[in-house]
Formats: sequence, C-alpha cells, structure tokens
Amino acid sequence: MNAGVTTIKTAAETELAQVFAHARGSLPGDDAVAAQREAAFGLFAKEGLPHRRVEDWKYTDLRALMREAKPLAPPPDAAAKVGAKSAGALLGDVETRRLVFVDGAFVAELSDLANLEIGLSVGSLADALSGNDPMRTQHLGKLAPAGDVAVALNTALMGDGAVIRIAAGATIERPLHLLFVASGKPAASFVRSLVVVERGARAMVIESHEGPGGSDYQVNAALELFVGDEAHVDHVKIIGEGADALHVSTLAAAIGAHARFNAFSFTMGGAVVRNQLFLKFDGEGIVAGIRGATLLKGRQHADTTLVINHVAPDCQSREVFKTVLDDEAHGVFQGRIIVRRQAQRTDAKMMTQALLLSERAEADNKPELEIFADDVQCGHGATAGAIDEDLKFYLLARGIPAAEAEALLIQAFLGEAIEGIEHAGLREALLESVIAWLKNR
Amino acid sequence: MALLEIKNLHVEIDGKEILKGLDLTVNAGEVHAIMGPNGSGKSTLAYVLAGKSGYEPTSGEVKFNGKNIFDMTPDERAAAGLFLAFQYPLEIPGVATMTFLRTALNAQRKKRGEAELSTPEFIKRVRETAGKLNIDQDMLRRAVNVGFSGGEKKRNEILQMALLEPRLAVLDETDSGLDIDALKIVADGVNRLRSPQRSFVVITHYQRLLSYIVPDIVHVLSAGRIVKTGGKELALELEARGYAEYQEEAVA
Repeated sequence: MNAGVTTIKTAAETELAQVFAHARGSLPGDDAVAAQREAAFGLFAKEGLPHRRVEDWKYTDLRALMREAKPLAPPPDAAAKVGAKSAGALLGDVETRRLVFVDGAFVAELSDLANLEIGLSVGSLADALSGNDPMRTQHLGKLAPAGDVAVALNTALMGDGAVIRIAAGATIERPLHLLFVASGKPAASFVRSLVVVERGARAMVIESHEGPGGSDYQVNAALELFVGDEAHVDHVKIIGEGADALHVSTLAAAIGAHARFNAFSFTMGGAVVRNQLFLKFDGEGIVAGIRGATLLKGRQHADTTLVINHVAPDCQSREVFKTVLDDEAHGVFQGRIIVRRQAQRTDAKMMTQALLLSERAEADNKPELEIFADDVQCGHGATAGAIDEDLKFYLLARGIPAAEAEALLIQAFLGEAIEGIEHAGLREALLESVIAWLKNR
Repeated sequence: MALLEIKNLHVEIDGKEILKGLDLTVNAGEVHAIMGPNGSGKSTLAYVLAGKSGYEPTSGEVKFNGKNIFDMTPDERAAAGLFLAFQYPLEIPGVATMTFLRTALNAQRKKRGEAELSTPEFIKRVRETAGKLNIDQDMLRRAVNVGFSGGEKKRNEILQMALLEPRLAVLDETDSGLDIDALKIVADGVNRLRSPQRSFVVITHYQRLLSYIVPDIVHVLSAGRIVKTGGKELALELEARGYAEYQEEAVA
C-alpha cells in the first residue's frame, strides 16, 4: 500500500535497522525465536515507523515524533540497581509482590521471589527464550496483533520481561507488580511479558513504568495476557515515565468464558506515549470494565488506543476513559468496539471525556463501533470541554478559592474512572497522585 | 454602620441594562424582603452580590461591612460572611457532600485566620447542624445535590448556611418549587439563625414564604430599581393586588 512506496527512511528507521543488525546475533532465543524476530523485523522494514497516513496512528505520527532510535540499553550496573530501589513510590503503601526490571532487564535481587503462593510461578523472559519453556512455545506471540509495527519492533528486539503462570483455581491475594524502571541512560529497552491465568484463578497484575526526567530514553513494552475461563483478573498499567521519555506499550489479552476482567490505564508521565490495548472477548458471559485516567501538561502527547473484539455472545463491557489536559498537551483516545456476527446480546458502552484546562491543549477522540450482530446494546459517548464555570462559581460562592475549586472538580472528573478500580489501596494511591499532580499545576 | 450598602447600582448583562440605579441599605440584624415580578432584576442582584462572572457593575457601589465588594473575589466575599442560597443549587457529581462542606468551612476559616476544624470536630458539627434542621444523614453521604429532590437541594442550601454562619445571607427564591412542609423546614432553618448580628435578604416572587420568615422591611423591585419600601404589610398588599401598578410606574 502507500507504505510500499516509502523509499526515504528517517534517521530513526535507519538507526533501528542498525540496532537490529548489530544485536540479532546476541539477542536471547533459539532458531525458532530468531525466526520470529526476523519475520517481525521484516514487517517493520516494509512498513517503516507508523505515521499519520496509517489510520490507526493518525494522531500519533511516530515517524515525526521519534527523531532518533536509541541503542539497546546495556545490562544495568550497580548504580542503576541502587537507583531502582526507591522506585514504585507511586503505589504508596499498597502491598505487592515486586518483579523489578531495570532498563528492561530482570533484576532478581531487587524482586520478591521468596515464598511464592501455591499455584504461582514466576520467571524471566530471557530465561524462557533461552530454554525450551512451554510457556514461551505455547504463548509467545499468540495474542500480539501481527500487523502492528510497534509490536513487531518489540518482537524483533525483545530482551527480557516477566513470565508468569497462575495455575487453575489459585487465588493470588498479593498483587503482582511488574516494576519497570529506567535508569536514565539515553537508551532503548524492549520488554515483553507473558501472563497466563488459568481457569478459575484470581490475580491482579500491576505494570508500572517510570524513570527520571531529563533523559530521552525509549521504552517499548508489550504484555500478552491470557485470562482463562471463569478467571478473575485485574490489570493496571501506570505510565509514569520521565518527562522526556518516549513510551510505547501494548496490552494484548484474550479473555475466556465467564471471566471477570478489569483493566485500568493511568498515564501521567512521558513526552510521547502510545498506550495500546487489544482485548479479545473469546468466551461467552464475560463481564469487563476497561477504564483509564490520563493527566497531561506541558507539551506531553499521550495516545490511548483501545480495540475490543467481541467474538462470543452475552458479554458485557464498560469503557470509561478520562483525560485532563493542561498547557499545550495533546491527548488522543481511539476506541473501537467490534461485535462479530456470533457475539449476540453483547452489551458494550464506551464513554470518553476530555477536560481541557488550557485553550492551547488539544484532545482528539475517535470512538468507533463495528457491529455485525443484530441483537446488541452498544453505545458510545465522547465529550471535550473546559471546567464548568457554573459549578466552579458554586464552589467559589461557598468560600473555596479558585485553585482548590478547580482541583475538586478535576478530581471528581477523574474519580468516575478511578472509582472503577476494585483495590481500595490502589484507588487511594492513584487519587493521591492526582492530588499531587494538581498541586504542581 | 450598615452591613450592606448599595448605592445607585447599574448592571448590564450582554449589553442590556438590568439594574438601573438600585439603592438598598441593610443594617445588622434586619431581615429584608425583595419582591418583584419576573425579569425585574432580583436574581441579577443576588449574582452581582455573590460575584458571578459576567455580572459586573457599570456604575454604582456596593459596600459590605464597609468594604468595596467589587475589590473581592467570590470566595473572599464568602469568607467575609456573605452567603448566597442559590435558586437552582448545582449538582456536583463525584464530590461528596461532606468533602464539599469541610473544604468550604475550612477554606473560610483559614482565610479569616481561624484554625481549621479536624475531621472529628467537623463531623460532629455537621451532624448537630443537620439534626437541628431535620436533615437526613443519608443526604450527607451522597455527592453534592446529585439525585436530590428540589426540596432536598434547598434544605442542603440551608444546611450550608447554618454551617458557614454568614453575616449576611441572600436567599434567591429559596421558596420556588417547595411544598409547604419543605417550606416550613427552610423557614425554620432561617429563623433559627436570626440574630442581632446577622442579616438576611430574602428574594421572592410570592408572599407565602414571608408568612414564615417575617421580614422587617419589604421592598418592591421593578425594572431594575427599588420602587417602593414598606413594612411587612406591604407583602400582603402585593399578594392581593399584584405587581401591575409598579410595573407601569417603572415604565413611566
């Protein structure tokens, strides 16, 4: 198609080709993995970086936004590991089992690997790629969308990540926290994780990404999540990257029959962020809540792209995404709900709202419904606007100063999404982050 | 000294003059009623006093407790003791009533240099105040005015007033949309707060409310000016004869 006529490569595209050529011999994995990498890189070589003429990337022109491609991050040194010890503060005092990755590499000594609950197994992707781990052979690449260039680059260059299996019927009370920390080296990390939650199991997986400001490091993270029949899984992604970082991440999930699934995305960091969610409702009777809150200021650009594919009947999903934009920030939400012909009685409602605190901020909202079944209840709504002056005046008239009145209204706006998080401690921690963000406005 | 002193106040909204030289003096401890037909400028007066944007004067002056009110932001006016009970109280989804009340009370106290109330102190005070006003505790657990009936919203205004203890309360058609039971609760709440230091300006279209909140002074507002001032018997006269004669007077 039009990408085929692209002959002039950007600097970043050329650099990515050099990075791959240089690293292909030393990246972990056997011949089968190497073949996966080659095929994935082939897609990138053909398509190039996604740009505005590719509909799914219309508002996030990665070719323009990504000026250069950084070299792969070296294994973390002692200083980087020490620096990572103070990471994860955003979660407050939520008790989790931490799996820590520094510059994309798993660091066992910083992770909580003792006394694993019965039914929980945890490993690193680097190990799974090197050995003949059935987790890898059965699951790697099965959910990631084949045509997505960001995912293809992840597959080509993946170095490490988490590999987690939760056995049928197990309940893991303590949330699993995949803590990805960037040391601040001007480098790129490509992390790939696999989480398999078997039939009837219960778990919460928190994925957080953070790093220092002042460094234009790059992160490409992908997580393939398998939710078994009747399982109950909560996934929370916190994007708290440093102010100059580039972050592209993907959640690809398949959800089994009668499962309960909640996903929450919390975005407040990074210069350029693309957060992709590809969710396949694979079995009947699923109940799901997909929500997100994004806070942007300065010249931040953050894009949340959600694709929900209903292939089975009698599923219910609620999507609520809220974005607050200050200064010259640019927020994008693309949400597509596909209801296949056999997915009768699907009940899906999507609401996306942007609150603009500045006249120079921009919000782009693209909700789409593609419905092939004839007996469904689907709807979407999208709004974008400034703070309601009448509500603000009501608060002012009660003696609440303007800044505090705005903060209350912004918290209330985001609260509608954050309240969907079932874990009370996490909910509180995120609300605290919102309050801290508002104080620094 | 007068608590509120309005002199020759002119206000334009969207280029149209609504208040055309309004004069009004309210002394401490007095209850004034302002009655008038629709469109006479009653609500405009309420909003100008509270400081709603877009309701700025073109000329004239308003002094509250000796200070020029137009030098103060709406929250400063509130902290100085001015309270407006809204004709249409707003619903604020996602803001809990208790959070709203505590934030308002503590913001005012802070601005006045008083200590903020601790959470237990605050809760005790709200419960006591709500109890006196016959307000269901369940209302306090909901988001501000969300899902409240018209009567509940007005009672919530009176609760806020009782909690914030203003020097001057302006009640903008607080009786509109109330049945007689709700009206009595609202009037009772106001009467409890009457004191030699506290003043009220009760804006209403009907005499009915004034049977329960008995005013010291009644004004007729027509076409942006006070056209007649009298005692409480003036309200009964208006009820019997309507506003027609004052409207003609104002036009002439």
